[in-house]
Amino acid sequence: MAIVYQKTKGLTDAETHYCPGCTHGIIHKLVAESLEELGVLEKTVGIAPVGCSVFAYDYFNCDMLEAAHGRAPAVATGVKRVLPDHVVFTYQGDGDLAAIGTAEIVHAAMRGEKITTIFVNNAIYGMTGGQMAPTTLVGQRATTAPLGRDRNHAGSPIRMAEILATLDGAAYIERVTVISPSHIMKAKRAIKKAFELQMEGRGFTMIEVLSSCPTNWGLTPVNALNWLNENMIPVFPLGVFKDVTKEEV
Amino acid sequence: MAKELWKGNEAIAEAAIRAGCRCYFGYPITPQSEIPEYMSLHMPEAGGVFLQSESEIAAINMVYGASGAGARVMTSSSSPGISLKQEGISYMCGAELPGVIVNVMRGGPGLGTIQPAQGDYYQATRGGGNGDYRLIVFAPANIQEVVDLMQEAFELADKYRMPVMMLLDGMIGQMMEPVEWKRPALSPEDLPAKPWATTGTKGERRPNIINSLFINPDACNDHNRHLEEKYQRVIENEQRYEINDADEAEVLFVAYGTPARLARAAARLLGEEGIKAGVFRPITVWPYPYEALHEAASKESVRAVVTVEMSTGQMVDDVRIGVNGIKPVSFVGQAGGVIPTPREVADAARKALGR
Ligand SMILES: Cc1ncc(C[n+]2csc(CCOP(=O)(O)OP(=O)(O)O)c2C)c(N)n1
Ligand code: SF4
Repeated sequence: MAIVYQKTKGLTDAETHYCPGCTHGIIHKLVAESLEELGVLEKTVGIAPVGCSVFAYDYFNCDMLEAAHGRAPAVATGVKRVLPDHVVFTYQGDGDLAAIGTAEIVHAAMRGEKITTIFVNNAIYGMTGGQMAPTTLVGQRATTAPLGRDRNHAGSPIRMAEILATLDGAAYIERVTVISPSHIMKAKRAIKKAFELQMEGRGFTMIEVLSSCPTNWGLTPVNALNWLNENMIPVFPLGVFKDVTKEEV
Repeated sequence: MAKELWKGNEAIAEAAIRAGCRCYFGYPITPQSEIPEYMSLHMPEAGGVFLQSESEIAAINMVYGASGAGARVMTSSSSPGISLKQEGISYMCGAELPGVIVNVMRGGPGLGTIQPAQGDYYQATRGGGNGDYRLIVFAPANIQEVVDLMQEAFELADKYRMPVMMLLDGMIGQMMEPVEWKRPALSPEDLPAKPWATTGTKGERRPNIINSLFINPDACNDHNRHLEEKYQRVIENEQRYEINDADEAEVLFVAYGTPARLARAAARLLGEEGIKAGVFRPITVWPYPYEALHEAASKESVRAVVTVEMSTGQMVDDVRIGVNGIKPVSFVGQAGGVIPTPREVADAARKALGR
């Protein structure tokens, strides 16, 4: 019988610890499948962040380093400079990348570091129990914003894809989501393209993935996807913000 | 081989390259900026990586990545920058990554001053980052010793899979002295393999993981025990020190780095008055040569132990541990960039002897 689907070799057999309905798992799968399809798993080094995806080093079936909170782009820089022929990626949450690690991601992008960042934006600090993130929507409740994020007090959400796209070192920046099969297929194409451009040495690549956190949003998995669609996408529009391959006509 | 005149900071950078280090990450700060400046030119010449990072935090995390990828790697900074590296140092210890960190100390706390000081002793030997960890800390007192120790620093880092710190005061970084390159230069091909490194599986092995997270308390406890056993081996095997003129000495100075030179000058002054003084100089301040110091202090002739530091008194704690009450221990020093004079040091010795 012909095999129509099988689990990617890019993931180990470890059971993940993600909550039911969390989309971190889908994003892992897309990254792993892309690496497998490109035939580069054996020369890939991944960097796990601090956040819900901290155990990513047990899930991706390639060499992995666990970085300090927010420092994954600096760790990836160290790896890539030593192993320029390898594929190097970071997998980071929004607290990790857009709060404590802002300097590291901006400067990795500025240098045009030939790495790929998978930026999982769920508008909250998942691992530590639902505290406000820099990406939390105005009015969205969090355990450190019990009445909802107040613009006067805490500002409004930071749009990292747009910010990083302004830097010359960025080769490809796209924001995607994984709330439906068609979105998932688009996200996969984006992730694969980012890895391809990294391998061509084009510069820094980042795919921001809008992701759900049913646990800390206090929603069922399905309602969480609907909430993301209705509330996050208007603030974080999907699309390509930088593509060097389009600039050179 | 002929002697050459070298500035301390440049000598340490050159010594690193000669030790097979092909990777440097750092951020400018006085009084160590000659190190990144030297590296920016000579590291690429040697086929290596030089990168000026956006901060010392980024630099130490680049070191973490490069070390994880199997490279012989170093960073350097001065006191305030070393404070920023503490997070990364703790992670390197937890993940058992080798690397060399140079601290060319200046006065503190806070922004302090750019002048030489030794106020980071606690931070270097007790750990400024979180958790139970240790660094091997070398404290050279002249530039020849700086270059002689550099290769050893990298070797021990690789051998024990832990960071090694070169703890210099700004005086040693900034002055010039004759240097002889005694050891043949190493190239990366000469270095031992690192089968644990994350260099891509190449389809030949299971994935390697560099990690300091042990979420299960028993596993984390086991990891701490494992580290502790390693540190015990370091304590047993890697203590370094030097003793000068301690025979029949009435007073024993204890000092590291520049103050050890001042102590020797003070010993000469005292000698002119007929007071015999010796100098005990730890070369590793972790592991600290407690037993050797105890033995030196327990000599019958010794009536007083005087610690000399360019701080308000930090290493003196280790001196007290080593001497363990068998002789009176006193302290003389200046902090914040002021260097004690040999006369001040000699006066302190006379006072300790009750003269
Ligand atoms: C230096 C430091 N500060 C704080 C923490 C605690 N901490 C762990 S995960 C986390 C937030 C992670 O949130 P995010 O990056 O959004 O990822 P998510 O868990 O939502 O996937 C924080 C603050 C830490 N581990 N280290
Ligand atoms: S807390 Fe949120 S982000 Fe973390 S695993 Fe659970 S659902 Fe996913």
